[in-house]
Formats: sequence, structure tokens, C-alpha cells
Amino acid sequence: MSFAGVLPATRWRARSALPGLGLSLGFTVFYLSAVVLIPLAALVIRPWELGWSGFVAEVTQPRVLAALRLSFGAAAIGAVVNTFFGLIVAWALVRYRFPLKRLVDALVDLPFALPTAVAGIALSALYAPNGWLGAPLMSLGIKAAYTPLGVVIALTFIGLPFVVRTLQPVLTDLSRDHEEAAATLGATRFQAFRRVVFPALLPALVTGAALAFARGVGEYGSVIFIAGNLPMRSEIAPLLIIIKLEEFDYAGAASIGVVMLAASFVMLFALNGLQSFTASRR
Amino acid sequence: MSTNLTDRGSTRPRGATDDHPLARTILIALGACFIVLFLVLPLVTVFAQALKNGVAAAMDSIVEPDALSAIKLTVIAAGIAVPLNVAFGLSASWAISKFDFRGKSFLITLIDLPFSVSPVVSGLVYVLIFGMQGWFGPYLREHDIKIIFALPGIVLATMFVTFPFVARELIPLMTDQGRDEEEAATSLGASGWKTFRRVTLPNVKWALLYGVLLCNARAMGEFGAVSVVSGHIRGQTNTMPLHIEVLYNDYQFVAAFAVASLLALLALVTLAVKSFLEWHYADEIAAIHKH
Repeated sequence: MSFAGVLPATRWRARSALPGLGLSLGFTVFYLSAVVLIPLAALVIRPWELGWSGFVAEVTQPRVLAALRLSFGAAAIGAVVNTFFGLIVAWALVRYRFPLKRLVDALVDLPFALPTAVAGIALSALYAPNGWLGAPLMSLGIKAAYTPLGVVIALTFIGLPFVVRTLQPVLTDLSRDHEEAAATLGATRFQAFRRVVFPALLPALVTGAALAFARGVGEYGSVIFIAGNLPMRSEIAPLLIIIKLEEFDYAGAASIGVVMLAASFVMLFALNGLQSFTASRR
Repeated sequence: MSTNLTDRGSTRPRGATDDHPLARTILIALGACFIVLFLVLPLVTVFAQALKNGVAAAMDSIVEPDALSAIKLTVIAAGIAVPLNVAFGLSASWAISKFDFRGKSFLITLIDLPFSVSPVVSGLVYVLIFGMQGWFGPYLREHDIKIIFALPGIVLATMFVTFPFVARELIPLMTDQGRDEEEAATSLGASGWKTFRRVTLPNVKWALLYGVLLCNARAMGEFGAVSVVSGHIRGQTNTMPLHIEVLYNDYQFVAAFAVASLLALLALVTLAVKSFLEWHYADEIAAIHKH
């Protein structure tokens, strides 16, 4: 180390007085490769044993398309619902004082902490035709459990914390000066919100909605109990992967997996792009 | 926040940035309805269904052998996966926060990757490698080594899913803390290991605990990924979430919710400790306000 110290900084890293880079970085890269990267590579390679046309034929089967459409569509609707209510919850938590506020704040993380299978059976029991919420909905003629609506309900549950937790710090940091200026200049409270606050929140809203959407697309545990899992109607894409695996159709399962993985990568890069875009505007 | 008496109630004129009381009431009511419908009711349902036939019936379904073996397997799997991910998290955050090297931000992106992968896909990747028709399938069968449909597969899937938790709590905090203290310690003659143990570790202990807590909650509750690799062999490869699924699909609702209430309790304890850490050590858990 003392010998290396006299040499000019090596090409790929700057000199440091601290020891342990080789060991810690070596272990990090090894563990990352063994647990995450090599397994993901196995997923990306697998579908090509079918060839490009085989891959396309696999993922354009009507049943696969229907499952993908449901997973993406229901996740999108859930994200929109969460954007609306998440904004209200975050706004109330940051701006207002009300009883049990701390409890509500802690409870927002429940969908993160509650195992998805537990959430799944609870939502299913709640919205079943004889459940606490399912029965009143039935009398209104709405069937929630075992329909695509059930999928939307489960994905709304799963996505809520993403929107609230993304908005909260932005709202807390938001200075009230601009709102005050708007009010002084004669804007109504609603105008001040729409023209001043909302634009400032928009990047965080989009980020939160995108995170909720990305989580919803891949969600499995909380959905399968309430969905009913009818092929072509209420069968989500992750479930179809499991069905293909049980039929030992590994390439078919991997094909759907690759489509979902590609979608989440696109989301990840879009989000990174959005974040650097908003950072550059500040 | 001032708390004098004129601060609340209608005695004080409404400030320019205060919402109209009616708007405030409507918004709080809407938010409360949403929270009750989507968070409180599902939680209450778990315990209500578990205790529908009394405490004794619920207890019976928890101490029954298959349930006990599921609890044991869950604890073992988390007991292996969580410490490994802690070791990784500490090692990754040391390398990333204390040194400058090329490709650092790419490495951070890769570490976050498992969060954006569907749980089912996380299990699938190991089946593609170690499954019957996977890369090493024939070799493993020849040598009678079981990975898929056995404990190693369950541990691997759990590791994948909980991979980023500890690292992503520690990296932003340790980057913020810089390297001055460590450099001072080494220049005074402390070894690298001693510096890490005596200087770095005490500085990040609450964030580390926070990360371990979240990592453990997810490890014990993981369903999708484990479901793919476990094979659902009752009493052998069923973790608690999988046992819940089997019971529920068998229409044994009370038993399913009884086991589920154990996991719900774990979630509530996790939330309570997490909130406690956030309230008392907010400055020392840097990552919270950054994602």
C-alpha cells in the first residue's frame, strides 16, 4: 500500500488513504453477480432458444396478451387512483393537524410491511360477495372480488405508500412564500394551488405514480387471491409465468419474464431521466 | 410550531396560505375514508377472521405441526438471507462511500435493480439455472443435489428479493458522513478493520438497524419469489406465506388467518420500531427523506 501511495493515481480510481477497497469492492461485485446479474442473464438468454419468431409467437398468444394487458392496465388505474388519494393524504399529513396523525403516518407504510399473501387473503375476504365491503357493493350491483376490479383494488393497496412517501418530503420542503405571493396578488386559494403548488409537485407526483405502477405490474401475492384467475379475464402476467413453469414450458415462462423485465427497465430509465431533468431545472 | 392558544380555532384570522376550513375538513375526511377502506379494514379483517372461532381455535392452527414447520423454515431462511445481505450492504457501502472509482453510479443502479423486478421473475431466474431443465439441472440431479424445491432455492430467492434493503439505507448516509473520521483513525495508526468497527459502525448503527428491520420483514413475508422455487411441499418446503396460501385454498379460513395474523403482528412491530427510529434518529437515518 505504501508503495502504491507514491505512484500517481491509477486510471480507474482516485487515491485514498483508507484501506479495504479491493476486499469490499471485490465482495460487492462477486455477490451482486452471483445473486442478481448472472441469474438475470439466464432469464434474458433463455427465450432465444425459441428464436426471435418463437419469442414473438410466445408473447403474442391471446392468453399472454390478455394477461399482460390486465397487469399493465390495472397497475395504471391503481397508480392514477393512488395519485389522487395519495396527494390528499400527503397534503393532510404535511399541512394539517388532526387527531391520530402520527398513527396514520406510520400506517401508510403498511403495504410495504404487510406480507403480500396476508394482504391478499384479507382483501379477498373483505371484498368477497359476503364480505364486509363485498356485500354492500353486491347490493349496488358491483362485483369486486374475482373480477378485474379486484385486481385494481389490490394494486391500489400495494401502490399507496409510493405516492405518499415520494410527495411528503417535497411538500415539507416547499416554501410557502410563493403561495403567499400568489395570495397577495389576488389569487384564490385554489388558483394558488393549481398554478403555484401543483407545478412544483408534478415531478414528485409522476415519480410516485410511476413507482406505484412499476410495483403493480409485477405484483403477485396480493392479487391472486382476489383476482379469481380466470384465463383471458382476470389472470395476471406473473401468474401466467407460474402456470407455464408448472407445465415445464421454461422458454415460455422466460419470454413473459423478459417482457416484464424490459418494461421495468424502461420505467427505471425514464424515471432516472425525469429526475435528472427536474434536477437540471432547479 | 407555536402552540399558543390563539393558534388554533377561529379566533385567529385565516392566513394567506391556510386552506379554507371547509376544504380542510373535506380533504381530511376523504383521506381518512381512503385510509380506513384500504389500510385499516384489511388489517382488522386479518385479526377478526383469525379470532372468529375464539382464541383457542386460532392457537390450535398455529401450533399444528405443518404450521410449526412453516414457521421454522421461514425463520431459517430469513436467518441465512438477512445476515448475508447485511454483510453485502456493509461491504458495498464501504466501497461506494469511502472511495472514488469509475462506474460508481452504475453500480448503485445495479444494486437497486431487484426492487424493480417482479417477485415471480426473481424466483423464475433460479428455476432457469437450477431447475430440472435449467442450466445445471441435469448435473444437480446426477449428484442428487436439491436446490429448487428445497431450502437453498428458498434462501436464494429470498436473498434476491431483499438484496438492496441494507445497502440502500447505508450508502446515502455513509456518503453524507464522508471519510474524514476514518482517515483520522487510520492516520493515528488504527487498522482498517478496527477503524470500520470503532468509527464507521457506531456512526451508522441506527440506519443499519433500520435496514435490517425492513430486510427481515420482507424476507419473512416474501411470497411470489419463494412460491416459484419452493414446490409447495407441505410440512417441508412451505414457508409461512405459502402455508397461508395452502390453507386458504383448502377453505381453512380460520387457520389461514391465524397464521396470517402472526405475520401481520410482525408487520405491526416492524412499523412501530421503524416509526420510533424515524422519530428519534431522523438525522442518523439519512436515506428516508431521499427516496
